[in-house]
Amino acid sequence: MSTNHDTHDHDDHGHHHKETFVTKYIFSQDHKMIAKQYLVTGTIMGVIGVLMSIMFRMQIAWPEEPNVLFEALLGKWAPDGVMDADIYLALVTIHGTIMVFFVLTAGLSGTFSNLLIPLQIGARDMASGFLNMVSYWLFFLSSVIMIISLFVEAGPAAAGWTIYPPLSAVEMAQGGSGMGMTLWLVSMAIFIASSLLGSLNYIVTVINLRTKGMSMTRLPLTIWAFFVTAIIGVISFPVLLSAALLLIMDRSFGTSFFLSDIFIQGEVLHYQGGSPVLFEHLFWFLGHPEVYIVLLPALGITSEIIATNSRKPIFGYRAMVASILAIAFLSTIVWGHHMFISGMNPFLGSVFTFTTLLIAIPSAVKSFNYITTLWKGNLQFNPAMLFSIGLVSTFITGGLTGIILGDSALDINVHDTYFVVAHFHLVMGISALYGMFAGIYHWYPKMFGRMLNKNLGYMHFWITAICAYGVFFPMHFIGMAGLPRRYYTNSNFPLFDDLSDVNVIITVFAIIGGIAQIIFLYNFFASMYFGKKATQNPWKSNTLEWTTPVEHIHGNWPGEIPHVHRWAYDYSKPGHDVDFVPQDVPLKEGEEELQH
Amino acid sequence: MTTFLTILVVLFVLVAVWQMMKIFDLAQIGAPESQIATDKDNRMNGYLMIGFLIFIYAITIVCFVKWGDLPLLSNSASEHGPQVDNLMIISLVLIFIVQTITQFLLHYFAFKYKGEKGKKALFYADNNTLEAIWTIIPVIVLAGLIIYGLFTWNEIMNVDKDEDPLVVELYAQQFNWKARYAGDDNVLGMANVRLIDIDRANILGLDESDPNAQDDVITTELHLPVGRPVLFKMRSQDVLHSAYMPHFRAQMNCVPGMITQFSFTPTITTSEMRQNPDIVTKVENINNIRVENSKALVAKGEDALEPYEFDYLLLCNKICGKSHYNMQMKIIVETQEEYDAWIKEQTVFANAITK
Repeated sequence: MSTNHDTHDHDDHGHHHKETFVTKYIFSQDHKMIAKQYLVTGTIMGVIGVLMSIMFRMQIAWPEEPNVLFEALLGKWAPDGVMDADIYLALVTIHGTIMVFFVLTAGLSGTFSNLLIPLQIGARDMASGFLNMVSYWLFFLSSVIMIISLFVEAGPAAAGWTIYPPLSAVEMAQGGSGMGMTLWLVSMAIFIASSLLGSLNYIVTVINLRTKGMSMTRLPLTIWAFFVTAIIGVISFPVLLSAALLLIMDRSFGTSFFLSDIFIQGEVLHYQGGSPVLFEHLFWFLGHPEVYIVLLPALGITSEIIATNSRKPIFGYRAMVASILAIAFLSTIVWGHHMFISGMNPFLGSVFTFTTLLIAIPSAVKSFNYITTLWKGNLQFNPAMLFSIGLVSTFITGGLTGIILGDSALDINVHDTYFVVAHFHLVMGISALYGMFAGIYHWYPKMFGRMLNKNLGYMHFWITAICAYGVFFPMHFIGMAGLPRRYYTNSNFPLFDDLSDVNVIITVFAIIGGIAQIIFLYNFFASMYFGKKATQNPWKSNTLEWTTPVEHIHGNWPGEIPHVHRWAYDYSKPGHDVDFVPQDVPLKEGEEELQH
Repeated sequence: MTTFLTILVVLFVLVAVWQMMKIFDLAQIGAPESQIATDKDNRMNGYLMIGFLIFIYAITIVCFVKWGDLPLLSNSASEHGPQVDNLMIISLVLIFIVQTITQFLLHYFAFKYKGEKGKKALFYADNNTLEAIWTIIPVIVLAGLIIYGLFTWNEIMNVDKDEDPLVVELYAQQFNWKARYAGDDNVLGMANVRLIDIDRANILGLDESDPNAQDDVITTELHLPVGRPVLFKMRSQDVLHSAYMPHFRAQMNCVPGMITQFSFTPTITTSEMRQNPDIVTKVENINNIRVENSKALVAKGEDALEPYEFDYLLLCNKICGKSHYNMQMKIIVETQEEYDAWIKEQTVFANAITK
């Protein structure tokens, strides 16, 4: 704990004697700087991930046509500008890996858990600043290794982001399963270590370092979400690590955990007795909770932003906390719905259908509570608010189709088609991305002391919102027409010829949506230097982070840490002149705290 | 040339960035609070919310009209197909209703309660009755769906041995399919990939000493007699594959090292399906597209596309490597007589293998 910073006065932070460039900007142990490091790294990874998706979307829309972009970016993988089938699969694989883990796990949780946990619970810093720093640098290292894997001679990992063996285990099965897959596994193992260090830190900080008066029932929903996310991460990520390690053993040390009876390219391999289904179980034991690791922080951020910008308390605080907990619990017992047709016992299919559809209940409660929070509000459409409402919209649209995919009888026919792609992109991809954008727009003043340009923000939101639906809504229909995902081209199936126009439309929306992100990038980087100086509490918010000075200081508060006297959602409370009452304002005489 | 173009593009981008920077600077003039939403912003975005609601509805309608014939959600060709389709349609209707209502509420509230200076929001933090309502309604609806779904699932996955199903092995390898018929005894011979001997044409690794294997028949086309239950035994020799037969609402992964199974009864022969008016329209439509596409190909000096004729297909639906996108097998459903005639022409394993 950083009690040693307590003595630092606000005035002397500029000429802090111990801080050098390296300790301040590179090997920083300050949670605010680490948050920014996560954000910038995540953003860079995001740009790469989105660029990849645009490339493979172009290939799907205009199959095997030469493209200058391919020629410039893919080099030997696009002879004469025509994308190679192997690199297509590699792009799909790395796009998924980067977006799920590097952007929406590390970029989202890493940024906002680090930034907000100490600030919103009233702590000087994370429980362990050193572990926090190590966590970021492990993440950085894993990002670098993942990027390096793109330049491997035989190509990067190309077995899909789920890297099911034997495809990922046997080098003869696919070029990308050689050095590319080794680097993928090493990168992910380091990533998991980073994620675990981060999560442990978040949990310990939330439990131990809350300021006086910050009881668990007064915690902002953001913190609840980050806290529970960290717990899910600690429970499930180690299982993926075990899967990755066992896969490394199978690949390099001759074991047979996941492999058995393989005949490939005229050769019988020695593996015997293992089962790929075991890998699927291990993978999805993380893989499904991972969806909520990505989504819950976004929902937490949204809860905070919707309440602040509606100038209303979040509706049903207790139910919101309960549904976060319910989702977290259920998320660990539904993984089998990814495996209905994997060859596991059909009875298990029934069990997982049951648990899976139960998740719809807390999700429905959350959606309705968001909508009710808007009701009779005084909505301030700051860009963060737009992205939050956008999140609720895509969360509903994407979530509803989960009712079909979670139903084993229906899953048989749409499993691994574009219907699945549309579903999870809307419900976790776009929703979580919106949550991340919302968070950036909302807390940018806290992170960089300057404001983002709102008009660019509006442009960014509306173009992105239209393109997101333009890409993923029609995609349900090509899925329901039976088109499998991860096909390099559909030209060998005349059956799907009448879907080629939909694919072109989807790609055009994807390209426009991708280009629209330049508006954001520009706003993001330019505002660091040219943005309007932020005031201390620009959104008139109740939470504690807005009681800290705009200029960052070690230890967050120049004097004593504020004490908390109320929950975070006293917006427009009767009996007060202003429409917000920050958490550190004592109750007036005779004022009652809401029982929640 | 490419280098020159690249430099040019980079230069343009830099100029554009510089220009935008200037606009940005100009936009920064104003009060410190200038980047916080004003009443004007609230109004504009409120109206845009309604616009967006209309956009969501419009894209829904367009998708249903243009691509909503859902060719694989109607005209199923297996016995359990209509039941699956029925459940799918019920789920879709339900989703459609919930989606329409909730999106309306979300965007309409966003529009209706757009902020104004001086307005005060309602302090409304809790209502247990309301929350109970929207917990219980999903519980009831989902309970119905779960029960219906589970009955359907059990019926599909339950293999009734008394019905004397035709036993067929689907054998997957990078990147093609083989079918193995069990022959007169309707029992598949033992097999393991370790027994594969390509030189002697034992391509699926059958156990030559197993009497049940002698009459097995290996083919590259899947023929099925109409009306008889088929029990598929899936095997893979290298990586995971998935045997996806969308017209029959059937799919099962093929897992190296184990045998998986799936069973269904085809109900409509290929030739009957080709006569189906929906399929006729669909095929016509596809052929029009192919004729259009052929024009471009011919202009480039390439061959025109073959006209399309409807066939049931077995597709690979689990990423399996480079040519995953072209791993398919034709399925022909025919009358028992046609099937008998076809199977009689095939060579049994005992005769196919080189001694």
